[in-house]
Amino acid sequence: MTRVETPERSAVKGRSLWDDARRRLLRNRAAVAGIALLGTLIVAALVGPALAPFAYDQVNKADVWLPPLAHGHLLGTDALGRDLLARLLVGLRVSLAIGLVATVVSLVIGVAWGATAGFVGGRLDEAMMRVVDVLYALPFIFFVILLMVTFGSNIVLIFVAIGAVEWLTMSRIVRGQTLTLKQKEFIEAARAAGLSRPAIVARHIVPNLLGPVVVYVTLTIPAVILAESFLSFLGLGVQPPMASLGTLIATGASDMELAPWLLIFPSGVMVVTLMSFNFIGDGLRDALDPKDR
Amino acid sequence: MLRYIGRRLLIAIPTLFLVVTLAFFMMRAAPGGPFDLDRKLSPEIERNIEAKYGMNKPLAAQYVDYLAGVARGDLGPSLKYKDKSVLQILKENYPVSLRLGLTAILLAGVIGISLGVIAALRQNQIADNAVMAVAILGVCVPTFVTAPLLVLAFASKLGWFPIAGWNNGAVANMVLPVVVLALPQIAIISRLTRAGMVEVLASNYVRTARAKGLGEGRIVTRHALRAAILPLVSYLGPACAGLITGSLVVERIFNLPGLGKFFVISALQRDYTVVMGMVIVYAALILVLNLAADLILAALDPRVRLA
Repeated sequence: MTRVETPERSAVKGRSLWDDARRRLLRNRAAVAGIALLGTLIVAALVGPALAPFAYDQVNKADVWLPPLAHGHLLGTDALGRDLLARLLVGLRVSLAIGLVATVVSLVIGVAWGATAGFVGGRLDEAMMRVVDVLYALPFIFFVILLMVTFGSNIVLIFVAIGAVEWLTMSRIVRGQTLTLKQKEFIEAARAAGLSRPAIVARHIVPNLLGPVVVYVTLTIPAVILAESFLSFLGLGVQPPMASLGTLIATGASDMELAPWLLIFPSGVMVVTLMSFNFIGDGLRDALDPKDR
Repeated sequence: MLRYIGRRLLIAIPTLFLVVTLAFFMMRAAPGGPFDLDRKLSPEIERNIEAKYGMNKPLAAQYVDYLAGVARGDLGPSLKYKDKSVLQILKENYPVSLRLGLTAILLAGVIGISLGVIAALRQNQIADNAVMAVAILGVCVPTFVTAPLLVLAFASKLGWFPIAGWNNGAVANMVLPVVVLALPQIAIISRLTRAGMVEVLASNYVRTARAKGLGEGRIVTRHALRAAILPLVSYLGPACAGLITGSLVVERIFNLPGLGKFFVISALQRDYTVVMGMVIVYAALILVLNLAADLILAALDPRVRLA
């Protein structure tokens, strides 16, 4: 059966916000570099550990403190003779996974909270935002540390703890956006045209919320990776023999006099990871902000 | 104005109350206690110790006791440092953190604002790009990376500064920790200043000032900068929070006797009162700084009305 082009499809194709955004994003050299870097990192984290010639927790008492390139260890070995490259790939995978999952947690809580407050408005809005204000004033890193101390550090708790803290800004952004959107002329026009409330939400509010939310998500992931690394650095995050970028940097820092490569390579990967996310986030913000068209 | 400050301080009380409550019950939910030792104490001794600190009462009663103490300004005795009260510990260690933090934020303010203004005045030229590159690096290189790398380079290899230690706040001991704390702040402040300046320099009143024949220096310092640094003032609160997390790491790496170093150790040792005291101090600090930021904002920006 052949499909017949409908009249609307064959009409002049409009440029959607997202087409425009993609074009502008691809013109931004830093953002493209960020995407390429991040893609490489993700692939390395996904398939790297399987391809690496050594296992990340393979202890080898004969080959401790090997400098890079010695005995087939591309990046050298640590105090237990474990291959740094293998550990780095696993650590990157753990850090990226934590960044992603905790961000999704914050996304779900933040969007639900902010959209509810913004849509319903009135007393409920006031009360919900007061809660956010109060939580904002908490020295949150202390509470994450207390959580880790209280329940012992396991990876699920790290997800939840960091995600539960990072949703505050998300909810503020979503609420603010919803409030301004509600009063826009095109919403009024849609209402005048007889569109139902759910249809307005789906057709007009959500697509317009997506832009700022996407931007904030790309900036939250590096913030989460950073927070996890802080915890790991303080000995409260991922526990050995598992590795994350934070634990690798922490051990590297304590052994740096003897084996500087243990500090330098993980630090480098950390910086490149954070940088690629920030480039993409900045690029997306420029691409999705219709103000400076 | 005074009424506004009074109201804000009144709102701060429930916030602090929540902080205290959350921290109290989280701390108590943790397994283990402050008197757990490798060697098991006899039950009589343990009961005596618990009675001494009022810990034999039900948890709710202990909570009420603690709140009553806080309301009187008494944060209780430390459970681990036998002859010290929490207030004493705060008094001894807080000045170290405060001095580090204040020096870092001052340094970051001066350098960050200058860099931001230079970048905005030379928009899209080499100086601008260089400043922005530094700013991105500053955001992407966390303190726990810069600290060991700087120690490796400037303390171990070059020997310009001591590797660690406080030495009663000698300048040489403070250089590296302050630089580590200031770098990310410099990055953010210069970015904010540049963004603000670029916007303000294109505004009508700056054009008017130029048309009047005012010198460029006077336009920048008197007219533009004042409006351009408004977003910076709002950043004051989060900046303080950033310094706190930074100091947790920095004080550990450089082995400085500040509060940040105490916090993690005390939490792990279940020194309930010390942890609570620090949480209260930091929460109060953030509340006061946020209030200060709003007041400064209102003073600088006539459009802002305090309500």
